[in-house]
Formats: sequence, C-alpha cells, structure tokens
Amino acid sequence: MSYQADEKGYYGDFGGAYIPEMLYPNVEELRSKYLKIMMEPSFKKEYDQLLKDYVGRPTPLYFAERLSKKHKTKIYLKREDLCHTGAHKVNNTIGQILMAKRLGKNRIIAETGAGQHGVATATVCALMGIKCIVYMGAVDIKRQAPNVARMKMLGAEVRPAMSGSRTLKDATNEAIRDWINNPVDTHYIIGSAIGPHPYPDMVARFQSIISEEIQSQLQEKEGRDHPDFIVACVGGGSNAAGAYYHYLDNPDVGIIAVEAAGKGTESGESAATSVLGQEGIIHGCKTLLMQTPDGQITEPYSISAGLDYPGVGPMHANLHRSGRGEFIAITDDQAMSAGLELSQLEGIIPAIETSHALAIFENRKFLDDDVIVVNLSGRGDKDLNTYIDYFKL
Amino acid sequence: MNRIKQKLDEDKKLLSIYFTAGYPDTEDTVKIIQDLESNGVDMIEIGLPFSDPLADGPTIQDSSTKALEKGMTTAKLFEQLKNIRESVYIPLIIMGYFNPIMQYGVEAFCAKCQEIGIDGLIIPDLPVNEYHERYQETFEKYGLINVFLITPQTSEERIRFIDSVSDGFIYMVSSASVTGSTSGFGNIQKKYFDRIGAMQLKAPQIVGFGIKDKDTFHEATNTAKGAIIGSAFIKHLTEKGIDTIGDFVKTIR
Repeated sequence: MSYQADEKGYYGDFGGAYIPEMLYPNVEELRSKYLKIMMEPSFKKEYDQLLKDYVGRPTPLYFAERLSKKHKTKIYLKREDLCHTGAHKVNNTIGQILMAKRLGKNRIIAETGAGQHGVATATVCALMGIKCIVYMGAVDIKRQAPNVARMKMLGAEVRPAMSGSRTLKDATNEAIRDWINNPVDTHYIIGSAIGPHPYPDMVARFQSIISEEIQSQLQEKEGRDHPDFIVACVGGGSNAAGAYYHYLDNPDVGIIAVEAAGKGTESGESAATSVLGQEGIIHGCKTLLMQTPDGQITEPYSISAGLDYPGVGPMHANLHRSGRGEFIAITDDQAMSAGLELSQLEGIIPAIETSHALAIFENRKFLDDDVIVVNLSGRGDKDLNTYIDYFKL
Repeated sequence: MNRIKQKLDEDKKLLSIYFTAGYPDTEDTVKIIQDLESNGVDMIEIGLPFSDPLADGPTIQDSSTKALEKGMTTAKLFEQLKNIRESVYIPLIIMGYFNPIMQYGVEAFCAKCQEIGIDGLIIPDLPVNEYHERYQETFEKYGLINVFLITPQTSEERIRFIDSVSDGFIYMVSSASVTGSTSGFGNIQKKYFDRIGAMQLKAPQIVGFGIKDKDTFHEATNTAKGAIIGSAFIKHLTEKGIDTIGDFVKTIR
C-alpha cells in the first residue's frame, strides 16, 4: 500500500474532487494535463533553473550542533527559510506559474492567510509579468500588514474577503468564487496541499524538492539517504508534504506531524485538526476538518496565522488515520519557547509555524543516535512583532 | 410517481423558488413554503444553510450566515418540515452543500427526506461521478431525484452523460458566475440556451442563476422548461419581510 495519491486523487479515504459543476472544466483541464506538463523536459529545465538561480536552491541541510547537544540527539535543519521570499511556499508558486503559462492562462488568483503564499504568488507573477489578485481575510489584512505591503509593492491586488469569519478559509472561498466567475483565462494557485484533485498531489510534487535534496545531502553527511525521523509542522500541510514526499513509503523513516494546539486542544481555541476534526468536505476535498456536529466549518485558533486552518491536507489525514504518521499537538507557549531557543542556540529566528515543529524536542524523547531532520519551513521576520510582544523584549 | 416528474409533465413553464431555511427567522420555513404554493409557484428549493457556500454570491451567503447565527440546523429543518405534506402538494427539493449532509449521515438524511416527503436533492459540490460511484443507490432507495448542474462551459460529452444519469430535470446554470449576479442575459446566454435546446436532451432543463424578474424569466424559459429564482427572492424577504410573498410572485408572472 502506498501513501501517495492514487489516480483519482485519493489518499486512502481522503481526497477526491468535490467541486461544483462550474469548476469542473477548470479542474478537469488541470487534472488531465498536470502530470504530462510536469514531465516535459522543457518544463523541468525551466523549473530547475528558476529554483537554482532565483529561489536559491538547494537550501542547506544544517547540522544544529548546540540544539542537538541540548536535546541529546542528532538534529538537522532543512533550511527552507533561506528560500527567496523567506519560506518554502515559493517552490510551489514557481511550479504553478509555469504550469499556468503552459495552460495559456493570463490571470492568477490566490488565497493567503499569513500572507506568505500571497507574497510568493505575487513574486512569481511579477517575475512573469502576469496579473495577480490575492484574496485575504479582512481580519488577516489587519494583523499581517507587512505582507500586505509586500504584495502591493510587487504589483498584486489584495482583495479583502468580507464573508464569514474573514480569515483564511473565507479568503479561499472568495478565490474559488472568483474562479467560478472567471472560468477561462484564470489559474488558481492554491498554496497548500489541499483543494480538489489534482491540487494536493501537484502541490506535494512541487514541494517534493525538499525531501529530494535531503536524500542526497544526508547521504553525504550520514552515509545514508534517510533520517530516522522527518519532522514538519502541519497547517494545510504543504511544507510537510514536501518534506515527507520521498519517505512516505520508506518504513525506516518515522513521520512526525506537528499541529498547532493553540491554547490547548481542550481549550476551544485550537487548530489541532487530527485531534478535533471529523471526516468531511472542505474546499473541494474529503479530509479531516474542524466542524460542528451539524457540519458547519468552525474557526480554528493558533498564534501562528499559517497554521490557522480548520482542515488538513488529504495526504496528512491519511497518514493520521492509517497510523503511518505520528501527530503531536504543540501549544502557543511551547512553540514560542522553542522559537526563542533556536534563535539563541543557533542564531536562526524561525517562523512561528516552524517553531511548533521545533517544540517536539521538549515534548518527545529521542535516542542519542537518532538522526532527525526538521523542516525549517520559514524565517521569523514576519513574526517579530508577535515574538517581541510575547516575550516583552 | 415522484412529484417532480408529475410537475415536469404539466404543459406549462415552471416557476421554482429558492429560499434559505431559517431566514429571515428560524421559524419562517413553513409559512414561506405555504405562501409560495398558494401564490402559484410550481416547485420549491429549500436551502440548507452552510457556513462556507462557495457557489453562492453575497445575498445567499448572507442569508445562510444569518440563519446559522439564529440557530438553524439540519435537525431543526426536518422537525419544522415533519407535517409539511399535510398542507403542501408541490415538489419540494432540498438544496445544500455536501458536508452537512455527510455529518447527518447520507443514508439517514435520505431516509428522513423520504419520511417527510422531500422529492429531490440538489447538492452543488457532489459531482456527478462521485454520486454515480458512491451514492446513487442510496438516493434511489429512498425515492429521491438528484439534480445535476450544467454550465455554459460544460462540454457536450459531459452534458450527454449528465442527461443519461438525470432522472428529473437538469439544472442549467445561466452563466459563469456564482448565484445572484445581476447583469441580465445577453447574446452569450441566448446562444447557450438555444444550443442546449437543440441538443434534444431526455431530461427537461430548468434555468437558474441570474433570473430576477419577468424579463429574465421569459428569456430563460423560451427553450427551457422552467426557471429558478433565488437571490432576488431572498432580497425581497430581506427588504419586505415574509408577508408579501404574493407580491413578489406577481412580478414574475
């Protein structure tokens, strides 16, 4: 049994394409062409070239000596924070903008929560000279002002989502409505490993460069191509999908997914979907999502805007249900401490999303000689205000 | 015989009205249905409110949000409708997104619909192939007609497939848009209506999205069997309340 998507886009019980008929032609066009386009030598060449010269890949695999010493195990950090724009998100937007060009689209839409995916999308649209519209919840626009400014600087139009709770899920709804209203010329760049098939698989493939590089880098450093554990934070799950990708079907690698517990999984203010979610449909796929017993999607909470999503990608829902992945929920406080610890032990300020992944070392025991790779998905510049307020620095 | 099929056999253009259950107030559902029937409406779509209605424009979104805020639930709707067939004879269709139906339990939901006397379902985010593979047997077991959508972008091949699995009517979305678009119909729609009319489909078509007054109703039903009004009716309820439903219906025909 494989933990990859099957040809209909199912990971076990999860995935598929639960979309209104209005979206069918767009999604079907993408589904029927994405693999073929991705396999074209000219596509691969352009994608690899941009990842190297524009994004700055390969990103280093860094042995964190002081952090390892403190936690008495061997910790490597995959430095996605060193990607252009400051996070792994750009791996996917580069791939999708090239895809959009080959599909003949001349208008790009995207959703964003914290603004990282919005910035990564606005960046590649500027690079290609394509019109870009980013939907962002009105509440998020207020609390993520620096990223809104970056998107505007890059020439994108930021449209506030005024419906529902005015956060990421509503921005996603608005982007989907835009796509319904503009079915011919527009490509929707989804930022996470969610959405109707083929999005979760396509996004995972574009992010799979992360684990591809880890394989060769670890071979060089450890004489084997796989760690004992691969660790990533999971909101929708794109950085995790990329970090796990080449290890999904390797039983020697333990997969650890770190979710945001917010103020605690029992507190009513949490985003730990694997603990609190039930099977359902969100944004076009069958997966685990947080909802009322009546099937209304609820609003999650996390100090990290990037993990503040009520669902989880179908790959991860399947890793959870099958037991292949170990899921750990980390609170705001635990994450913030881990972020400060990495800053002061290694001189790297991580994004708060990533700090959740780093917090497992205080909360789970590893053996001295375990080799652990943590995907350092993003840098913390965008979160400085939150850190400073929290620690009263 | 299913009430939808009987209605489709009548020699007239059908007026169908959509409203969101629990809007403007939780307990308005039954009165709205009764008034629509007594004013000559042919068929009713009862909207099951959902937190994230991604095929709907602002008017229906807003009615859903308000209905949910006031405490509307699937169970409450079924409770309100339990005696509806003592007073109402026209076809009743529940229109809702798939997630609340999944949480209720697809089979339990269908059984309840049959018990109450619901004739059909429209579930915009349950695509025809998923329905065909996973749910068709259950729907049919409880005598429910499932209605599929087509749009101006739907390929001829797919329209033929949808026609082949449609037992009642085809819901013909008038334009590439979410519900409640107000631009009226132009040449593109006329060509699309004519193109579908010329396909000689087995299932009659009822047009929805963008029908808001007498003109758009007549344009839409020139080739199609009927038309559905949603957002314009919700706007009427918002502005005029639930006591003048007859006035609204009279502006259409």
